[in-house]
Amino acid sequence: MPNVTLTVDGTQVTVPKGTTVVEAAWKAGAFVPTLCHDPELSKPGACRICVVEVKGARNLVASCVTEAVEGMEVQTSTPAVIEARKTILELMLDNHPEDCLTCHQAGDCKLQDYAYFYNVKPGAFGGESHQYELEDDNLFIVRNMNKCILCGKCLRACEEKQGRAVIDFAYRGFKTKVTTALDQPLADSVCVSCGSCVAVCPTGALTEKAMLGKARKWEIEKIRTTCPFCGVGCNLDLNVKGGKILGATSNPASPTNGRDLCVKGRFGIDYVHSPKRLTKPLIKKNGAFVESSWDEALDLVATKLGEIKNKFGSDAIAALSSARCTNEDNYVMQKFVRAGIGTNNVDHCART
Amino acid sequence: MTNSFADYLNTDLFFVIGSNPTEAHPMAGAKIMSSLMNGTKLIVADPRRIELADKADIFLQLRPGTDIPLLNGLMHIIIKENLHDQKFIEERTEGIEDLKAAVEKFTPARVSEMTGVPENLLYDAARLYATTSKAMLCYTLGITEHICGVDNVMSVANLAMLTGHLGREGTGVNPQRGQNNVQGACDMGALPGDYPGYQKVVNPEVQAKFEKAWGVKLSNQPGLTIPDMMDAAVEGKLKAMYILGEDPVLTDPDANHIKKALQSMDFVVVQELFMSETAKFADVILPGASFTEKDGTFTSSERRVQRVRKAIEPIGDTRPDWWIVCEVAKRMGYPMAYAHPEEIFNELASLTPSYGGITYDRIEHCGLQWPCPTVDHPGTPILHTKAFARGKGLFKAIDHTPPAEMPDEEYPYLLSTGRILYHYNVTTRYSSALDAHRPEEAAMIHPADAVMLGVGTGDTVQVTSRRGSVKTKVAVTDKVQSGMIWMSFHYRETPTNELTVNAFDPISKTGEYKVAAVRIEKTSPM
Ligand code: SF4
Ligand code: SF4
Repeated sequence: MPNVTLTVDGTQVTVPKGTTVVEAAWKAGAFVPTLCHDPELSKPGACRICVVEVKGARNLVASCVTEAVEGMEVQTSTPAVIEARKTILELMLDNHPEDCLTCHQAGDCKLQDYAYFYNVKPGAFGGESHQYELEDDNLFIVRNMNKCILCGKCLRACEEKQGRAVIDFAYRGFKTKVTTALDQPLADSVCVSCGSCVAVCPTGALTEKAMLGKARKWEIEKIRTTCPFCGVGCNLDLNVKGGKILGATSNPASPTNGRDLCVKGRFGIDYVHSPKRLTKPLIKKNGAFVESSWDEALDLVATKLGEIKNKFGSDAIAALSSARCTNEDNYVMQKFVRAGIGTNNVDHCART
Repeated sequence: MTNSFADYLNTDLFFVIGSNPTEAHPMAGAKIMSSLMNGTKLIVADPRRIELADKADIFLQLRPGTDIPLLNGLMHIIIKENLHDQKFIEERTEGIEDLKAAVEKFTPARVSEMTGVPENLLYDAARLYATTSKAMLCYTLGITEHICGVDNVMSVANLAMLTGHLGREGTGVNPQRGQNNVQGACDMGALPGDYPGYQKVVNPEVQAKFEKAWGVKLSNQPGLTIPDMMDAAVEGKLKAMYILGEDPVLTDPDANHIKKALQSMDFVVVQELFMSETAKFADVILPGASFTEKDGTFTSSERRVQRVRKAIEPIGDTRPDWWIVCEVAKRMGYPMAYAHPEEIFNELASLTPSYGGITYDRIEHCGLQWPCPTVDHPGTPILHTKAFARGKGLFKAIDHTPPAEMPDEEYPYLLSTGRILYHYNVTTRYSSALDAHRPEEAAMIHPADAVMLGVGTGDTVQVTSRRGSVKTKVAVTDKVQSGMIWMSFHYRETPTNELTVNAFDPISKTGEYKVAAVRIEKTSPM
């Protein structure tokens, strides 16, 4: 692909033709904020926080929807640019609850970050603010539309990544809101609770219900793993605090699924902490299970299998391995059956 | 799968048969759904009007168990209209004459009668599939879970080869694996006839290789498949079973037969996370650690070997499954000592050619798709680009095998089973949010049948087959055909597999979950 070379804040940068100005600017090491832009979604150029100055252009340009061209001269932080960005943030904050202290998203919120960076405080215009009710009627997602900045990433993710288009902009002007058809609760809509909308939300408007109030963002350790619920093999991040899994979030670096997951992967991992987990070896005595030590249980299994092998031969023993367990578990199981017991009687429940 | 999930976005046509991806493989379904928004075409063949059927350009609502007539019928039309890929057939395949002879008698009129699909839709589907350059066939258990499952799979392969729809970007045959690590469990040799990497236990060279690696004499007798194990247990020939992480009482067909098998044995060990229906029959239960509490790897449907990482310490007094099995082996006089799963992986990679080049380091970030024989091999996103495993692809002449049991006067309804979006086999029942969302079975029946039975959505019915009887709530919907009832197998309160048939494909030994005959009666609430 042919390249183009431009300068960003005086630094030359070469990018493939078709690259947007904002991507070229980032490549050149410049800071350009974005809210509605997302590399994986279509680009509405709506929020205009990404404006920059381009030599020869009459107005500031939205860098996320402008293509970089040969010889372009871009300035990312002139007084005019900063002024424009501040105004946009002031307008957003004017109609945004001032509750960063208790907001779940604090520490991982673009609005908060940019307000801090540009030193923008709420209340500059003293305009009207929304008083929407918290929508926590469904089991998985909490929607706080007072915190919505109308970037539209959620509805683009829903349509473009999940092929659903459950939500869209409704009403006009100040009343504009992201809703389901007929503004019904998510639980009553055709929403499949995949949470892709939550994954892209830059503010605290959409959150995972199970994680709300459980940890500050910076307390969470994320451990990447592979989903255990189907053969697609999505990757996800287990969110861990204090030795407990609070939930799962998606990881943009996942090869098959990017930031998207389905309801099971995103919201079903809590089974791990179910109080119904078996936590001790159990031995059946007189028809009832009795807790035992590992040594006692393992010795009993080894002795019994040994006796049966001696009396009836290796082929009187069989094992079922598991399509839910890891490769390592399965390898060890079949090796044990073949080499340790001496039979090929090993199979697993779902051979297809 | 011959292709990767990412390749789903490169195709021009999906032909989804016997698969409900938006519920069973949701992110594969999402990729299909979003590409439809960009104009990709869709053919769906399914007895149920599944979600994708409503989005399809052509929907073939066939009678359960008539996949072979349908596929043969499509091939009949393609051959008659000269739409097959002559070049591909000549260069890459053998046996075309056998196929032509076999599909000759599957005329559109006859196929329409057998499958219930109107003739014009057969023509439309055959033409669209054959003439679209990039077409992707996707199937799952709706194809394999029949007594003729292997024949069904071969018919799908026949259709793809006939039209040259294999081995290219955006073009292939993609069976999506049901459980998360079915692919890996098969790759690892959890199969009675295969060592890891599908190396056959009857092959003396292979046997010698593993005897050398494992330091013991090994048996060259293929072992028993699960159905044969259960039969042998009932007959008293199999005395003990060690069950790791599966719940055959709930998930295998003909549950009462499985229970009898478990009761007949002298000793049953179950290694599990929860007190499953199967665990109740155990003499000893060993509590395993969940996938969040251990390191390891899973292999996805697209043959991608990916890391599973320990995030928390094992809950309570649980232990990783590999550790428990090694301890039992050691106590039986066969030491298997590994300090970490990575050591196990390195050993299995050294013995499994397709995994030979994979290491934990290489899959740290995004996994690798096997075959990956050497450390400098980049992995294989698309299979069969130049040749099939056996060289030339072989067309197989396949005839129709009707299901083992069909509705009759006494059992007039046809039961079919499957998986729903909100649950995965059984573990998801322990997720409080998922279970609250879908706490109980809602068997699907057609409005006309509902009127006959005098029931409405939310009412309870007794469903009875020759093998068992269960209670379930019903949901009345025209997504199923009249004369049919569809149930999932996630609920111990409604153990659907007490009803299913104890009949298996003769080669794969996969159970016929998709067709059984049942009687339905209205009953008092559960
Ligand atoms: S959860 Fe998924 S389906 Fe529901 S609104 Fe969000 S993106 Fe759309
Ligand atoms: S997140 Fe959903 S689609 Fe992805 S692997 Fe898990 S169960 Fe499958």
